[in-house]
Formats: sequence, C-alpha cells, structure tokens
Amino acid sequence: MIPEIGHFALILALAVAMVQGTLPLVGAARNIAPWVALARPAAVAQAVLLAISFAALTWCYVVSDFSVANVVANSHSLKPMLYKVAGVWGNHEGSLLLWVLVLAVFGSAVALFGTNLPAPFRARVLAVQALIAVGFDLFMLLTSNPFARMDPAPVDGMGLNPLLQDPGLAFHPPFLYLGYVGFSMAYSFAIAALLEGRVDPAWARWVRPWTLAAWVLLTFGIVGGSHWAYYELGWGGWWFWDPVENASFMPWLAGTALLHSAIVVEKRDTLKSWTVLLAIVTFSLSLLGTFLVRSGVLTSVHAFATDPARGVFILGFLLVVVGGSLTLYAVRAPALKGGGLFAPMSREGSLLLNNLLLSTAAATVLLGTLYPLLLDAVTGEKVSVGKPYFDMTFGPLMVPLFAAMGIGPLMAWKRGDLAGAIGRLRFAFLAALLIAAVVWWQVSKVSVLALFGYSLAAWVAIGVLIELAERIWLFKAPPADVFRRLRRLPRSSIGMTLAHLGIAVTLIGIVSSESFTEEHLIVLKPGDVTEVGGYFVAFRGVEEVEGPNYTALRGRFEVSRDGKFLYAMSPEARNYPTPPMATTEAAIRPTLGGDLYVVIGEAQGDGWAARLYFKPLVQWIWGGGLFMVLGGMLSLSDRRHRIGAPRQAAAGLAPAARPAPAE
Amino acid sequence: MTRKRRRLLTVVAGMSCLGVAVALMLNAYGDGLVFFYSPSELESHHVTPGQRLRIGGLVEENSVVRQSDGLTITFKVTDLSKTVPVSYRGIVPDLFREGQGVVAEGSLGADGVFMASNILAKHDEKYMPPEVAAALKKSGRWKDGAGPEGVTKP
Repeated sequence: MIPEIGHFALILALAVAMVQGTLPLVGAARNIAPWVALARPAAVAQAVLLAISFAALTWCYVVSDFSVANVVANSHSLKPMLYKVAGVWGNHEGSLLLWVLVLAVFGSAVALFGTNLPAPFRARVLAVQALIAVGFDLFMLLTSNPFARMDPAPVDGMGLNPLLQDPGLAFHPPFLYLGYVGFSMAYSFAIAALLEGRVDPAWARWVRPWTLAAWVLLTFGIVGGSHWAYYELGWGGWWFWDPVENASFMPWLAGTALLHSAIVVEKRDTLKSWTVLLAIVTFSLSLLGTFLVRSGVLTSVHAFATDPARGVFILGFLLVVVGGSLTLYAVRAPALKGGGLFAPMSREGSLLLNNLLLSTAAATVLLGTLYPLLLDAVTGEKVSVGKPYFDMTFGPLMVPLFAAMGIGPLMAWKRGDLAGAIGRLRFAFLAALLIAAVVWWQVSKVSVLALFGYSLAAWVAIGVLIELAERIWLFKAPPADVFRRLRRLPRSSIGMTLAHLGIAVTLIGIVSSESFTEEHLIVLKPGDVTEVGGYFVAFRGVEEVEGPNYTALRGRFEVSRDGKFLYAMSPEARNYPTPPMATTEAAIRPTLGGDLYVVIGEAQGDGWAARLYFKPLVQWIWGGGLFMVLGGMLSLSDRRHRIGAPRQAAAGLAPAARPAPAE
Repeated sequence: MTRKRRRLLTVVAGMSCLGVAVALMLNAYGDGLVFFYSPSELESHHVTPGQRLRIGGLVEENSVVRQSDGLTITFKVTDLSKTVPVSYRGIVPDLFREGQGVVAEGSLGADGVFMASNILAKHDEKYMPPEVAAALKKSGRWKDGAGPEGVTKP
C-alpha cells in the first residue's frame, strides 16, 4: 500500500509539473494573469507530492519491505538503521527521486519567498524548473521506477555495498545533489532572462545567492567525498581523477566561474551573455554528472546496451536541455547588451581572466573524462585517462589562476592599476621567495615543483591578507580604529578572504602530502618495530572481532615517539557476508602536522603484510576546503546577499556609504 | 582604447587561453593515456617495454607464487587463450585470488614480465571488471549472462 502511495504521488507530481511547465510560460508570454499565477501553488504542490513519494520510499527501506525491488537490491534486514535510510539514495532510482525532490523544494522556495520578483519572471523561472522536473519524473516512471514491486517477495535483500556503509558516504552524496540542483536555479533564472530578453544587476543579485549556496553545498560534498575516499578505500589517496569525482568537479569549476562573473554583472552591468552562458553550462555539467554517475555508463559504455531505454532517454534529455538552451541562447543572447566599457586592467578584467582559466580547466577535465567513453564507443579500444593527463593539463592552468588571485582583489573596478597592485604585493612576492628558500634549506630532497607550489601558496595567502590589511588600515590607524573597521567589514568581503585563504591552505596540503609522504610496505611479526615519519610503530599481533554485520581481523599497533607511548592503532580487514565482500579499514591518526596511516594486509607465514604511511599536512587539503565552505556561508549571510536585497536597494537603502565589496 | 579594440583584446585573451589548453592537452595525450590490453592483444600489439598500460583477464589457477621477501607475488593473467606473467610488490586487494578477474596497471619489462605498480580489483565476488569481460569475450571464452551488475561507486 505504502509503495503505491509513493508511486501515485510521483505520477501526480509529474502531472503538476507538466502544468507548471507549460501554462505559466504561455501566460507570461501572452499576459494571461491567472495562468501566470498558477506557477506558485503548482510549485508548492509539486514539492509536497514529491516529499510524500520520498517519504514512502524511505518507509519501505525502514521497515525492509522486500516486495519493493529497489529495497531488495539495495538493502538487507540486518543492516544498521542509519544505512537502511542512507540506502534510499544510495542507488540509481532513489537518488533520482532525491534529486527531483530537492529541485521541487528549491522551486517552492522561490515560489514562497520570491515575492519581490516580477510575477511573469517568477512564473518563467518556476516553469523552467518544472520542465526539468518533468524530465526527471518521466525518466523515473518510464525506466527506473523506485517503487517497482517484486512478486513473489524474496525473504531478504541483497544488501548495500559495504564500502558504502559509512557515515561519510551516507551523507556526502546528498550534499553533492543539493549543489547540483542548486545550480538549476541559476539555470532557470538564465533561461527566464533569455525569454524576457533582459539581464540586469537585479537579476545578478538573485542569481548570486543561489549560486553561492549551491557552490557551498557542492564544495562541502566534494570535500566530504574526497575525505571518504581517503579513509575508506585504504589506498591513502584523496583524489583519483576518477570519472565519478570529475563528474562533481566539473560543475564546481564552472560554478566557481559563475560565482565570479555574476559579481561583474551585478557591479558593472556587463559580461551578461557570458554569465548566462556559464549558468547554462554549469547546470548542464551538473546534469551530465548526475547521469554519468548513476546510469552505470562509467562502469562501461555497454551498460547502455544492457538497458537501452535508459541510455536513449538520458541522451535525449541531455540533448533537449543542452541543445535547447544553447539554441535559445544563440537566438537571444545578442539582445543582451553589455553595459559599461571594459578595461582589461581592472577588477572586472581580472575576474574575466579567472573565468577564462576556470572554464578552460573545466573543459580539459570534461575532455579527459569523456574521451575514454567516446573512444570505446567509436573504436572499441579501452583507455583510461588518469593522473598524468590531469597533472599535465589541469595543473598548469591553475598556476596563472593562483597568480592572478593575489592581484585581482587589489584592482579597482573600471580602471585598475596593475603596477600599483604589484607594488602593494611586494611583501607577498618576498614571502613567496622566502618560503621557497626556507623549504629548500630545511628539507634535503625537494623538487622544484614542490618549491614552486609552496611559493604559490604563500603568494596567494599573503596577497589575500594584504588586501584585508589595507581594508582595515592595519598599521596605518590606531588599533581601536582598525578593530572598528574589521568589525564593520562586510561579511561577503571576509568570506572572500577566507575562501581564498582556503585555496592556499589546500595547496599547501596537496604539495606537502604529494611530495613528502613516507610509505613503508613490510611484513611484520608480532613484536616487530618499524619507524615511519619519526614515530615508532610496534606490531602487537592480530585478533578476530565480530561487527554488527561483518567479521574482521584487527591488527594492534602501538605508536611511540622519543620512548614515550602515544596511542594504539587498530586497522581492520573486514569481511561482509551480504553482499560477500572484503574491505580494509585503515587506522588513521590525523594531526595538524601529518597523518599516521596504517593498513593491515593478509597473513604471510608467521607475519602480516602491512602498509604504513606518514602523510605530512594532508588534513590541510580538506581544512582548506572547509575554509572555502565557511567563507561561502559567511558571504551568504551578508545582508546584501539576502533574497530581499533588491527590494532594499530599490527603496533607496543602497549601501552607497559602504566600502565597495570585494567578493 | 576603443570598444572595438577592447573586444578584440578579450577575444585574443580567450583564444590564447584555449590555445594553451589545447597544446597542453595534445601534449598530455601522448603519455597521459593508458591503454588497456588483453593478454592476446598484448602479444599482437608489439608494446614497447616501459610504456604504461593496463592489462586484464583472469588470474590463472595455480599460478600465484609468493616470493621469499613476502611482499612480491608473481602470477599469470590469462584471457583463456594467451597468458602474461605478472610481478607485483605490495598488498594485493582483498578480492585478489586465483580464477578471479583482475586489472593490473604497470609496464612490460624487457623480459616479457609485466611489472605491475597497481592492482585494481574494485569489485565484489560476483563482479567482473568490464574490460576483463570484454577481453574474455574477444577471446571467445565468455559465457553470456554470467556475472550480474557491478559495484557502482557513488
């Protein structure tokens, strides 16, 4: 009964979305007020129906209703409750339902809180959102119904892949989804603007908070995913340039570019058609990412052949969304006239450079991700595009980006003074040189690339801090005055400082862990002691342990330094019966200075194979990511970014007295 | 500067950015690509020793030998018509065993032994890596319908 309610609610949601996606559009074009007004209640109704549908699926998982095929394939009665619930979105069908639910919730947020948007514009935005939802609803109902029944119902389910039974994994995909779907708002606004033929600063003020929110969520999801790969997969890596990771990274790159170009639209009323294009591209990459990951096409292009209906639908849907919106763009974009003149040496000029580099980087990642699929589909040859490709293409593009990151925020709008900015950054330049010298002097074997990486990080960090110091008149005004200025600083400007600092922190983490990781692969007998990263690790043997739904071999390692016992570490090799699978649980001791990482392998005679790592500053990689998230949130909480901001500005409360924000 | 010149400058900047990217990509495609071969293809393709590639197939029964240092293992990868000897130093993945599918990344030594730097076995017991399934199909030893769906990493 419950699954049928869910199924029925989903069908109703599709019907509502179809109405919401058509009538308001026509109404807005022909000035039919009641049709325009339809968009708001429809958006709310759609969200409610999808929430009912999602709740029904969750219920099936919670009570382990094995008459539902989706539950059978992805759950098991013995699974801990947390993972039963996480199992709802841990599969193709359920994740699509979550996706469209988030889409509808965001849509209803615009419907409920977007009271200051002109009604026809709002109707158009909601209609575009509904059309996306129609695509997803149809995809689910036609090819991947989460509520499909099984008769007879099996006694028990097949279980969830044990690798996925981890809190980090249970919760990072929803964040990625929130991010992907958040970019749909920017997309809908862009399409609505193209339909109206008008993009103005007020438009950008609406798009910016949504883009920022989506970016924050996506960043958090990527950081979480990377951290999960680090501690769960037991290979000690944190980013593999795996297509699944790239799928989330491409929208992030494009979204970061969008974030910056929307600033130019808002402040300078120019770069409009580019920003609209970026919004379209960002969301298209999000869609591509969702489908690449969930359709199984990454495991093999032949997954399309095993389920042609899905493959054809996905290709068709992508074609309609991308092709349709680009066609609309081609027709309407020339009408979006740019505003003021555009000097290359200015804040907007440096933001444009940022955009060029970020979108080129996204393009290289896209090509590297799709190339193996294309080659396989065309010639049948199997290749993998891995780290070397991305190191050689993505890496070099980041160098000018980071170099410009120090200078950009110091440039004024309209007419920047490049020489002046560089002059003000002389300390950053000196710091970069100094850091390289110190590292070279302190560390015996260090590559030029690592030195360069540290210099770049120092340049970014000090550059960002100089910008902050100038803003608050540090060393120029009495301390009380400085403090007052710091407190009065717009939150969006502190947010920018934090986020840019995060880049430097992440860069330091990457360079350190890539260049100075110590790795030992040895066979240890109980009582053996080995040294790694200045720690002495003593192996004390292994024991069998019983988990809630697995058995494990647990090794015991005692770590000491300078003759003092510090802590014990217990890596495990786990065996799950359903589905049968073995996983390694690395034991990790994270510290600010570096992580000790121990993995236990199989028995070798009277010893055990073990892998020990010391990874200096590796936590900084995710720490920097959290800085970015925090910076984004802080910026989002800025009064001028609130949804009501355009109204206030219109009412004459424009923040003219404030210093120009430098997001 | 006139509007026209500024636009030109922007276009030139964009084009040069793309140009650099294309150059980087072409450069990277030389050795950034890792080809996948089955043992039969390895023989017919005349792979130069030292070139990075992936091979895949089944671990031949009774071929896994652990060397005296306890960490190096040697085994044979087969597509049931040809075999390649492989040597690997490290901890093999949890599901590495004889008769199972395996993908190894590394390079061919001058002596014809494939020196693996990485063994990939991201699959459960029922699952066959798609490349391996394709390799077995090519050698005509694949029974259709064996092996259900694979692990989908989210």
